[in-house]
Amino acid sequence: MDYLIQILNGVQYGLLLFLLASGLTLIFGIMGVINLAHGSFYMVGAYLALWLTRLTGSLWLALPLGVLAAVALGALLEWALIRRLYARDHLYQVLLTFGLILVFEELRSLLFGNDVHGVPIPPALNFSIPLTETLSYPVYRLFISGVCLALAAAMYLVIRKTRLGMMVRAGNSNREMAQVLGVDIPLVFTFVFALGVALAAFAGMIAAPVSSVFPGMGNQILIICFVVVVIGGIGSITGAMVAALLIGIADTLGKVLLPQFSGMAVYLLMAVVLIWRPRGLFQAT
Amino acid sequence: MSQITNRRAFLQVVGAVTLGGIAPAPLLAQQSKLRVGLMLPYTGTYAALGTAITNGFKLAVDERKGRLGGREIEYFTVDDESEPAKAPENTHRLVQRDKVDVLVGTVHSGVLLGMVKIARESGTLLICPNAGAGDATGPMCAPNIFRTSFSNWQTTYPLGKVLADRGLKTAVFITWNYAAGKEMLAGFQEGFAKAGGKLVKELLLPFPQVEFQPLLTEAASIKPAAVVAFFAGGGAAKFLTDYAAAGLKGKIPLFGSGFLTDGVLDAAGAAAQDVETTLHYGDGLSTPRNNAFRAAYRKSYKNLEPDVYAVQGYDAGLLLAAGMDAVKGDVSRKKELIAAMERARIDSPRGAWTLSKAHNPIQDFYLRKVVGKENRVMGVAHKALADPAIGCSMK
Repeated sequence: MDYLIQILNGVQYGLLLFLLASGLTLIFGIMGVINLAHGSFYMVGAYLALWLTRLTGSLWLALPLGVLAAVALGALLEWALIRRLYARDHLYQVLLTFGLILVFEELRSLLFGNDVHGVPIPPALNFSIPLTETLSYPVYRLFISGVCLALAAAMYLVIRKTRLGMMVRAGNSNREMAQVLGVDIPLVFTFVFALGVALAAFAGMIAAPVSSVFPGMGNQILIICFVVVVIGGIGSITGAMVAALLIGIADTLGKVLLPQFSGMAVYLLMAVVLIWRPRGLFQAT
Repeated sequence: MSQITNRRAFLQVVGAVTLGGIAPAPLLAQQSKLRVGLMLPYTGTYAALGTAITNGFKLAVDERKGRLGGREIEYFTVDDESEPAKAPENTHRLVQRDKVDVLVGTVHSGVLLGMVKIARESGTLLICPNAGAGDATGPMCAPNIFRTSFSNWQTTYPLGKVLADRGLKTAVFITWNYAAGKEMLAGFQEGFAKAGGKLVKELLLPFPQVEFQPLLTEAASIKPAAVVAFFAGGGAAKFLTDYAAAGLKGKIPLFGSGFLTDGVLDAAGAAAQDVETTLHYGDGLSTPRNNAFRAAYRKSYKNLEPDVYAVQGYDAGLLLAAGMDAVKGDVSRKKELIAAMERARIDSPRGAWTLSKAHNPIQDFYLRKVVGKENRVMGVAHKALADPAIGCSMK
């Protein structure tokens, strides 16, 4: 029973990781942009949830408003800054997005200070299901998992089955040819970047009630996101899903079975996968 | 008690004023300003702590009309960013370029150890107003190195007896797998074993991860009589909420070192209620000395509420003042200066304390309980607790 609950913990953590990393893998895989500021967008989402929940009094209202704000932010950044660097070396992108981390951290400090904040769990979901005598499972965590699964399915459908998804895939496999065929690549890229930012911000918003909202929260998740992307294969949504679940379970079991080495479980997994498949588990979507 | 404290405070003020007043003017003019280097975090996660310590220190100086041992103070400030890699460079800047007479810092234990190394080499007086790394007053202790806060060991050692006295004889300890976490774990384990309890499992996760769910599942399946934890800041708030959400709250009582419930009560809300911790200070400590300090702090800093960090900074000022008064501001009489600081009895808002031979406070640890938005002081968990200072050659 205990191990079943631990697997559930792992899957639940993995699904949240997927939501975090999917935006990163899209931007990295389709646009070829290394976005170090991805963690900052997660943080922006969490602080948006905090601010909008205070303003509107409900997380349900804060979520759609926050997503709109995040899409706008993403589109604006792509149009104003990222766009100028497509033709350049990765190093410029790294510099720019690292600068964005500093800017967002400073803005966060000016607007919200350096304290830890909490976002209340919506009352409708603020209860736990008893699993054993002593342990209960918070329903809000199950809700997060459900939302992650739904979003994964939606992303799969959009990219595989819609005209928009076709343009995205075309832009990914051959940028010039797609452009010649009349696909507005700059617009597609703006869309992809905004989508990536919105996914990260949404993850931050939905996780805010369980993660609490604090300075530096974005930097904590950035590295694990890159691990997911690298294991899954750059640009592959399916790969991100499989990798996120693998990491979630490996990390959870590592903490329980080998507590002294728990920090290493994830990186061991990455090393093994990369020896076996140097380009990651899956090819780009 | 209150009368004595008040009279002492009164005498101190009168003494300071008269001494300052009757000292011959040429003598004062000859003495240059005392150079104080504040090396603290002013950005990043610990920025608020660095600011509170600075405020506390300056309040202690301002209460002495801005003079220590008759000398005015000139501050040199460096933001250490809580970045251990930059500690040697930052410390060198203060010691060599600014030629400070005394270093005050810092919050992060890793940075402190960097400062200690350089202070040992240069002989510069160092007063640590927070970081609890055992090594600083253990293997690396030195005559010129002082601490006005706590050692990590001290903050959890008293908990063992608290638990055992209530008949809670088994416990699991949950913390981050890094120096401070491990030192607090060791402190608790020692105190608990001495009181007849048994630590049945150590649950560790890498710093600064906050995915506690697997550890909580594990704790629930072990079913100990109590869970003890150390986390701080954002991690602490999340741990408290996760503990409640996992249904453990109310089934297995939660204890911790005081940092678990300091500065996070707004964020943790109901999840923090009734959690009991041990620390050398509590906001709600109702003594005339503490009330006077809190009123003075609020007055000086626009109604800002002081916290444990402000107290530690304030006490750093008091300790330096005790030394400077004894040598009349002449820092070249270093032996006398250090001897006076070692002898000092610090009349702190947390309660009076003295220094151990290893230069760490011998102080009372309070048992506190979260009630509403306050860490209410329930009593003294351990009177006059001294750090064992293992490995210190000055013992």
